[in-house]
Amino acid sequence: MAQNLRLLAAGAILAGLSTVVMGQTFSALRGSTPLDQEGPPPAMTPEQNTSEREPRNYPEQPPVIPHSTEGYEVSIRANKCLSCHARTRTRESQAPMISITHFIDREGQFLASISPRRYFCTECHVPQHDVRAPVKNDFVDIDALLGRGSPRAPR
Amino acid sequence: MTKSDVSQPSLWRRALSFAREIWDVLTRPSAVFSLGFLVLAGFVAGIIFWGGFNTALELTNTETFCTSCHEMSSNVFEELKTTIHYNNRSGVRAHCPDCHVPHEWTNKIARKMQASKEVWGKIFGTINTRDKFLDHRLVLAEHEWARMKANDSLECRNCHSAQSMDVTRQSPRAGEAHQRFLFTGQKTCIDCHKGIAHQLPDMRNVPGWQ
Repeated sequence: MAQNLRLLAAGAILAGLSTVVMGQTFSALRGSTPLDQEGPPPAMTPEQNTSEREPRNYPEQPPVIPHSTEGYEVSIRANKCLSCHARTRTRESQAPMISITHFIDREGQFLASISPRRYFCTECHVPQHDVRAPVKNDFVDIDALLGRGSPRAPR
Repeated sequence: MTKSDVSQPSLWRRALSFAREIWDVLTRPSAVFSLGFLVLAGFVAGIIFWGGFNTALELTNTETFCTSCHEMSSNVFEELKTTIHYNNRSGVRAHCPDCHVPHEWTNKIARKMQASKEVWGKIFGTINTRDKFLDHRLVLAEHEWARMKANDSLECRNCHSAQSMDVTRQSPRAGEAHQRFLFTGQKTCIDCHKGIAHQLPDMRNVPGWQ
């Protein structure tokens, strides 16, 4: 019984805290639209299609896709990405080959072709849209931290 | 021996004599109608039959006709709707026969005769469920790829002419590929643009795919 009361008290304090947080005004994805309403969706922008490689923001970042992938089928039956980025296809397509890490299965064994766990490209690699960040972001990459400077570092 | 077994030969003989009678009438010169009337009647009948034939042919060359079968309307037509050949900024779109029936008369008739196989498939329910359709999809797609490969993607080129293609207005990737492969004649449209209007079959053994 005493434990139940303590739980209730903790709950009440948490509820009070969250009210305080909700009282503040901060930038959220939904903007000023009340919670029970649906605001107007932002206009859709076209996919960037420059085909120029974007630098990674940190070494482990999956490279982003610098071209449009509209209508590209990646399913259990077919993978349009691989028809250019597979090892055997790169001579004709001149596209970057999928990373060699993608040939390793989850037991650490190298396979002859892409590992099933890496098959669905857009799980990690995504095309880019020219949009303003809806939420302020002060991410600083490692080069800026170390003072080495990078094209993306804040000046 | 039953009664019907006995009557059958006589029925056959009657049909034969009827056919011979008709043949006799057809091979005898007309004794009632003038030559002018017969020529004119033949001419008018020719217009009616030829017009009727072509009208019927064109009726089978519409999207309404294609999608009147659920095999088409709930598989390939549904898939088409999300692609650029159905839904795009300018609202110009391709209908089924634009890509799947040759526009030139002789080839159109040849394709229509081939399509009698599809009528057979419809009657016997070869692809009357989604699963059956997916099982047959590779074979069906290969027919279309082979046809387009053989006629140098004629149905694509009915709208997309290489002469009118301005590569400077394409994305760098597309422009480069078209200059390297299309303009040099190394490849034809369907070699690269598979699965642009419908979903793809299992592509594991298709050249250029994984």
